[in-house]
Amino acid sequence: MKTEDLISLLATGAGAIEAPVAAQQRYAVAIGWGAAGASLLMLALLQVRHDLGQALLLPMFWVKVGFVACLAAGSLFAALRLSRPGAKISWLPIALGLPVLGIWAIAAFTLLEADPLQRSKLFFGETWRTCPLLIAMLSVPVFAAVLRTMKDLAPTRLRLAGFAAGLLSGSVAALVYCLHCPEMGAPFIAFWYLLGALIPAGVGAVLGNSILRW
Amino acid sequence: MQRINREAGFRAREDRLRDLLGRGLAGDNAAYQVFLTELSAHLRAFLRRRLVRLPDEIEDLVQESLLAVHNQRHTYDPTQPLSAWVQAIARYKLVDLLRRRATYELLNDPLDEDMELFTTADSEAAEARRDLNKLLADLPDQFRLPIVHTKLEGLSVKEAADLSGMSESAIKVGVHRGLKALAAKIRGAL
Repeated sequence: MKTEDLISLLATGAGAIEAPVAAQQRYAVAIGWGAAGASLLMLALLQVRHDLGQALLLPMFWVKVGFVACLAAGSLFAALRLSRPGAKISWLPIALGLPVLGIWAIAAFTLLEADPLQRSKLFFGETWRTCPLLIAMLSVPVFAAVLRTMKDLAPTRLRLAGFAAGLLSGSVAALVYCLHCPEMGAPFIAFWYLLGALIPAGVGAVLGNSILRW
Repeated sequence: MQRINREAGFRAREDRLRDLLGRGLAGDNAAYQVFLTELSAHLRAFLRRRLVRLPDEIEDLVQESLLAVHNQRHTYDPTQPLSAWVQAIARYKLVDLLRRRATYELLNDPLDEDMELFTTADSEAAEARRDLNKLLADLPDQFRLPIVHTKLEGLSVKEAADLSGMSESAIKVGVHRGLKALAAKIRGAL
């Protein structure tokens, strides 16, 4: 087929584009379904922490929620940019770096203030062995939904896009995990939560090239 | 001075193409056809500079990029520069092709390397090597019929629906998915 024939094939009856569903809306739907899946997994396998009512009154609980919510917002911003060909991405390191630097600053302050004997307890808490893995497990439904949405748009930097999709699902999963997790130390959050969110991000960066191709 | 002229020329073309695409997306098929035609010339020049060693691939890649632009046109954000959008798509398709070729050549050792000079000629550089008609014919009926009726024979959606016994929405969806399936087939057939 000659190129001019292809062009007339594409143009014939192309018609108007019906108001396209904005990318933001698609992501909102994907994250909504994914978060619902993650919540179900959490309720089925982990249960909500029994003292959630009291925890809600503690500022540290909200620092924890605030950190993962900011990380989710930053990676959503990154995912939106990366799923559009040719969009500028120079702001992305800042959007992703700020929440991390924020929680690290709080963690460093907490560790400096604490009694030296308490420091390792603040860092390791009670559940450091399982926390990152549980977050990674909860991220699976969001990851699948977000990758599907992303592939349907047109990412051109596949590894970065996979990384952003993974980080987005990891941080949404961490947000759900907050309802279960008994840990309240900033140093714990700053390391183990971040590690949990980085597991799907790493998987996304490795698999991006093959699963996001279009 | 030359730089200013070049920039002014770029701006003018960007504005013109963006206007044509905007009218095309609003339903003006003639403007859309002009858009694709002018875009194909830019794509060809862009890819020719980057595929000096693979001249046979240029036209195939022009077609693949056009199909990609068409399939993704609903994701174009009008506030974004058109050139950046198209160039990112073309570059992506270029990298995709080179990656496919690298894998292919890794697995298939060319035996006739010594004969390369006299077995390649440039007389048909404007012809696409891959025949989209063949790939189109291989699509399943639910995709092929809507494309053949509405796009090759120029029937309306309703006429195509009556002729094929499919519903009108099935025709619309079939065209959309069929062109995506065609793009996927191109990627599969090196």
